[in-house]
Amino acid sequence: MNWFETVRAGVEAIRAHRLRSALTMLGIVIGISSVILTVGLGQGAQDQVKQQISALGSNLLIVSPGSSTSTTGMRGGFGSASTLTLGDATAIADPSVVPDAKRVAPTTSTSRALTVGETNWTTSVVGTTTTWPDVRTRTLSSGRFFTANEVTQAANVVVLGSDTSTELFSFGSPVGQTVSVDGTPMTVIGVLAPSGSTASGTSEDDQALTPISTAMRLSGTSTGSVSTIYVEATSSDTLSAAYQEINALLLNAHGVTADAADFNIATQDSLVETANSTNKTLTVLLGGIAAISLLVGGIGVMNIMLVSVTERVREIGLRKALGATPSVIRRQFLVEASVLGLAGGLVGVAIGYVGASLLPSLINQPVTVSAVATFGAIGTALALGIGFGVYPASRAARLTPIDALRSE
Amino acid sequence: MSAIIELAGVRKTYRSGTIEFEALRGVDTRIDEGEYVAVVGPSGSGKSTLMNILGCLDNPSEGSYLLAGEDVSRMSEAQLAEVRNRRIGFVFQQFNLLSSLPAWRNVELPLVYAGVPRAARRERAIEALTRVGLADRILNKPGELSGGQQQRVAVARALVTEPALILADEPTGNLDSASSADVLALLDELHAAGRTIVLITHEHDVAANAQRNLVIRDGQITSDELVGAAS
Ligand SMILES: Nc1ncnc2c1ncn2[C@@H]1O[C@H](COP(=O)(O)OP(=O)(O)OP(=O)(O)O)[C@@H](O)[C@H]1O
Ligand SMILES: [Mg+2]
Repeated sequence: MNWFETVRAGVEAIRAHRLRSALTMLGIVIGISSVILTVGLGQGAQDQVKQQISALGSNLLIVSPGSSTSTTGMRGGFGSASTLTLGDATAIADPSVVPDAKRVAPTTSTSRALTVGETNWTTSVVGTTTTWPDVRTRTLSSGRFFTANEVTQAANVVVLGSDTSTELFSFGSPVGQTVSVDGTPMTVIGVLAPSGSTASGTSEDDQALTPISTAMRLSGTSTGSVSTIYVEATSSDTLSAAYQEINALLLNAHGVTADAADFNIATQDSLVETANSTNKTLTVLLGGIAAISLLVGGIGVMNIMLVSVTERVREIGLRKALGATPSVIRRQFLVEASVLGLAGGLVGVAIGYVGASLLPSLINQPVTVSAVATFGAIGTALALGIGFGVYPASRAARLTPIDALRSE
Repeated sequence: MSAIIELAGVRKTYRSGTIEFEALRGVDTRIDEGEYVAVVGPSGSGKSTLMNILGCLDNPSEGSYLLAGEDVSRMSEAQLAEVRNRRIGFVFQQFNLLSSLPAWRNVELPLVYAGVPRAARRERAIEALTRVGLADRILNKPGELSGGQQQRVAVARALVTEPALILADEPTGNLDSASSADVLALLDELHAAGRTIVLITHEHDVAANAQRNLVIRDGQITSDELVGAAS
């Protein structure tokens, strides 16, 4: 009896008990579809983070106050914006000190109320320099960005994010209009094009940019401290060189040792990694639950195969009397179990795909189903069928024809 | 004539727990190729036990059994399966057909395990069903056939591999006299075609169809005589 015939006989046996086979497969179906979905959700979340971070710009180094090397707790500098200054940014921009830095954009960020007529909108007002659009690879949809002159003069000009613009100006072009920022009237000179990041709820499109000098004047500080310095390296190859140069420069400028660094330099890759480590934990946890449901599904297959062997003792005896060897019988039941597993896997993958296409609109989370996950799931289902079919199959194979025939 | 079956000192002891029961107590006999033998005896005398041993479905506890000169007591399960498949055709009292398969699929089963290709199997199964007069019932499932017809399907299954030996354990036990006559006529036909037939029965008029009667009582052969149209 060749493999093709064996598979055919297995499918026939399964079809002979449609309802029971369907219920048996249900366990595998649920397990596989939830594995597909949880892995897809995890993958989707990771892709989203990656996209958001790559939307920051390219070849970017992000210098922020504080330290991530500390294991004993937060250092004083963290978030207090007191350790990074405009002077640091200027030093980094000096090609003789940091030759691998192409452009530098220091930023400050404060939450402020913007008012146009009756409309109020609170958003983060970012003070920066003229290099910002290039460093962050952003473009304007209308108007212009502020000039070096305006930065020097701390002009009252503002560039709005696309969402901010729609919130404040429901109709008409905002360019040329006046917006009050915490009471200070400023002229809108441009509007940013949407960031292109599909993820909603990010602040990338809801912010207002002013010259950094203007922002500092609004805050009434003269310390020149900044919250983040964005540095664009000359190329992806020089990224780590730029990292080293900036690190050495700031350690020296701040007069601290590497252990006591009061700043932190992150690359986009390191940001992705940090963000994903929490995602991964969640994915592993959910995946583990899904795996347990798969295990339960596998036990269901074994249970039904054992019932099937008991029920078909007479048939097995007859087949043996007619010339079926123990290995042929074993193979027949193994194939039957594997067909159950495989069919459950395929249905599960199909349901997983349907879920993956429906879920994003329901829970507003992207779901990415990869080919690896798909084939892995199908392979797992097949392996479950085989694995849990071994014992019932060898029980069937061990039956002696005479005992089997005699049973009623 | 060469011997197809040679039994020497065959004993069979059944054990269930601590209780032992000796169903066969030293059976010696020889059946030649082409013979038509009926095994008769009262209920519980060991007829089915003997048939199971002859059919290689069970091993004797003691003694030797040569089937066509080969000692089957030394064979592995897989080898026994092959011997059953190639040399023996079974007809059971309860028909033992698979209810989910149509007649021809039941008949082709031994050919499946013999590794015959599907097209040839179908052809031979239909041929065998035609021989037992069921050419028009090829696609019917056992549930759609009368008892007599079911037993004829079983006979077709027994003869489809052209085995040298046909073992029939009470083949007419569940049939009315007309159907019994049909089945016995088929066995006569097979005998005429040169097959060796061992028929187990407790009805004397059924046994009268055979050439030779082996009477078994309490696990021993008590009489071995030629009867009827002995040749
Ligand atoms: N598996 C077994 N375990 C224990 N005892 C058994 C077993 N099989 C048969 N026997 C006993 O062996 C004896 C012979 O049984 P067997 O089935 O050979 O009788 P039989 O001649 O075929 O009877 P019948 O005409 O009723 O079919 C009986 O007493 C039976 O109880
Ligand atoms: Mg009996």
